[in-house]
Amino acid sequence: MNDFIPSFDFYTVFVEPWTVDADTNIWLLLMGFLVTTACGLIGKFIILRRLALVGDAISHSLLPGIAVAFILTSSRATFPMFIGAVIAGVVTTVLIEFIHRKSRVKPDAAIGIVFSTLFAIGVIIITVFADHVDLDADCVLYGEIAFVPFLDPVELGGMMLGPFPVVRMAIVLLILIGLILLFYKELLVTSFDPALAASLGIRNGVFHYGLMIVLSLVIVSSFESVGAILVIAMLIFPGATGSLLSDRLPVILWMVAGLSFLYALLGIHLAIWLNCSIAGAMVVIALLLFIFVWVFSPKKGLLQKWVRQRLEDPDSPSSTA
Amino acid sequence: MKTRWKSIEWMRGNCFGSVRLGLLLLIVLGVFGGLPEVQAAKIGEITETDWTDQAARFFTFKDPSVRYAVLGSIFLGVSCGLLGSFILVRKLALLGDTLSHAVLPGVALGFLWNMTKDPVAIFVGATIAGLLGTVTVNLIRDTTRIKEDSALGMVLAGFYGVGICLFTMIQNLPVGNKAGIDKYLFGQAAALSSGDVVLMGSVMLVACLLIFVFYKELLVTSFDSMFAVSLGISARFFHYLIMLLLAFSVVVALQAVGVVLVSAMLITPAATAYLLTDRLHRMLILAAIFGLLAGFLGSFFSFLGNNLPTGPFMVLGASSIFLAAFLLGPRYGIFPRWLKQFNRSRRIQIENTLKAFYQVREAEEFSKEGVTLSALARRRNESLREVEKRIGHLVRDGLASFDENQKGEVSLTEEGVVYLTPSGWQRACEIVRNHRLWELYLTNAAEYEADHVHDDAEMIEHILGEETVRLIERRLDFPTRDPHGKLIPSAIDMGEVDSNKVEGATGYFSNT
Repeated sequence: MNDFIPSFDFYTVFVEPWTVDADTNIWLLLMGFLVTTACGLIGKFIILRRLALVGDAISHSLLPGIAVAFILTSSRATFPMFIGAVIAGVVTTVLIEFIHRKSRVKPDAAIGIVFSTLFAIGVIIITVFADHVDLDADCVLYGEIAFVPFLDPVELGGMMLGPFPVVRMAIVLLILIGLILLFYKELLVTSFDPALAASLGIRNGVFHYGLMIVLSLVIVSSFESVGAILVIAMLIFPGATGSLLSDRLPVILWMVAGLSFLYALLGIHLAIWLNCSIAGAMVVIALLLFIFVWVFSPKKGLLQKWVRQRLEDPDSPSSTA
Repeated sequence: MKTRWKSIEWMRGNCFGSVRLGLLLLIVLGVFGGLPEVQAAKIGEITETDWTDQAARFFTFKDPSVRYAVLGSIFLGVSCGLLGSFILVRKLALLGDTLSHAVLPGVALGFLWNMTKDPVAIFVGATIAGLLGTVTVNLIRDTTRIKEDSALGMVLAGFYGVGICLFTMIQNLPVGNKAGIDKYLFGQAAALSSGDVVLMGSVMLVACLLIFVFYKELLVTSFDSMFAVSLGISARFFHYLIMLLLAFSVVVALQAVGVVLVSAMLITPAATAYLLTDRLHRMLILAAIFGLLAGFLGSFFSFLGNNLPTGPFMVLGASSIFLAAFLLGPRYGIFPRWLKQFNRSRRIQIENTLKAFYQVREAEEFSKEGVTLSALARRRNESLREVEKRIGHLVRDGLASFDENQKGEVSLTEEGVVYLTPSGWQRACEIVRNHRLWELYLTNAAEYEADHVHDDAEMIEHILGEETVRLIERRLDFPTRDPHGKLIPSAIDMGEVDSNKVEGATGYFSNT
């Protein structure tokens, strides 16, 4: 048990990564930051629409789409993988709708049934064909930024841009930001007041499915780094933590970027200290930061509430928790 | 105490019918279960084992590992089905998913306790972690403005992330017997030991026993917690009892199904049962049977494919049972409902054609027996072709013919004449009578304007039953004319009664 938690050494944990291994770690940090920001931005809109668990479902059920794309093309090429993921994402959304419309099964149960079935199909495809295709179940499911191939750099006009996965993630993030800026007003209205949106002539269905397609793209490009399951953490935590600090959507979206940087940076250091999965460490940091904000948030924190209650009602200090 | 016994007796009586239903389903599924074997053969080829040999090995149960795997899968299927039914009717379906992911750090800590896969230590650790997860969801929901679904997702992913960290740390450890710890992620029933199976069996027994003893309390708190409180039953106590049992069954199911898919074993069999019945006790029994079947199928196919992970196969088994119920379930299935709807709309079409027939004859003051197709088409505002098709339906149902003596076929031309058979004419009169009576009823009893009643009558004419029609007649004192001044067809027109037996103005018998 004593060997389990390595001793903490400031030099190896905080200094060495940026002196000795700086070449890889800078890309790790950038990749982690890009993944978490992209997930966090789209995730904020997902949780606004109370679709957090649909996000969870899609992140699981992309697996068969990706697996089939792998098998058909026998490669890890980006484009087929994206197509497979988008199809799987749309199929998931449609199936969930279909089951809960056409039967008396409640939406949450429909989500559970659909994603588990698709996920099971994906796992079976991967395990059965594992020998034939260069596809590792563990890598897709748990992901590991450290295993992302940072070796093939992309050059554009003679200028080194960076390793391919990082460039791809950056492009996805830029597209996402562009879409959010372009459709910000529509997204805002359809998220908060679908009835008003409909009366303004905005098609709720288009934005719902559009969001699901973009979500599938973001998830599939984050897959390699954080895996199918932890991606849900990256979708929900930044937005939820931000919402404890502010009520304004633009402010929260900026906070998402800041929090993402913290997750990536602290996650890498934690993983180096404990010698564990970077994706897992990033989620642990996200959880710890959330708990910290939950307790100490200046406006809505538990501590603040408790103090205010005591000031207002000094007679019964024991009634608060 | 007496009522308790009575309710148990009552449950037993009802159980019997459900058991028979379950047996029937078992046979049906046996037939269904034959289908996926084609696929299984493929899997067998890939792993280069002869699947018939494997199947033979499986069904003789000679291998102790097969016995453990099957027993374990069945135990977990039953307990997950039972607990799943309760979380489903309490609308907590995804809490099961969150709980099953949240146990992961507990499993890791249980392993670290003495560095082996000790079932008891892992069981305790996982149960504590799972309960901590559910409490955290409640805390987040109650103290912040974060919605429940986000809270569920955060606990799921946050706890799971901690678990993944601990797991990777364990894998990097130089010491310890790590074998089998990775099976917690996807499940491998073949890796079950006798200790695991005993644990699974006892959890199932405890769950069955507690559900049997507290059935009434669980029923009341699940559906109407206010009422439960007014009866002096603590809803909170039973909520946490369910949570505790849920945590138990999730934890013991982990090894065979895996963390990721255990929620499917909770949700899918229960949702399947929910599609088939409205009664909680039947739902419990059906869900347990479906869970058992899914467990059995999962362990079988995983064994056939040379120990592929069990969880995904179990989930696929449960999902195919769900699909069958979703499509074919007698009450809520898609096909039966679709069939019912199809029949209803076909009947309405037939009745509308008959009504048009009556109206054409009425316009001719009943001077001719037959009606031309073109007159019908004008009346219905349809093309000749459409009318031909409708008349075809009538002929097939024996309601119409093309010849006064109902012999032979006359070619369908514009001037082709159609005749109704006596039963067809009777149906036509009934529909017109329903329509006109209802119009009159609305104007007289509900004080509608006469020009507002037609659309309503168009719909209700197909639904009114004989009893209701008689009642309306009596209410309206046996009327002869509708609000538009048209005659309401009477029983004489329909040829229902002999004219010399007639009583009352319109020729109906009064039932009083």
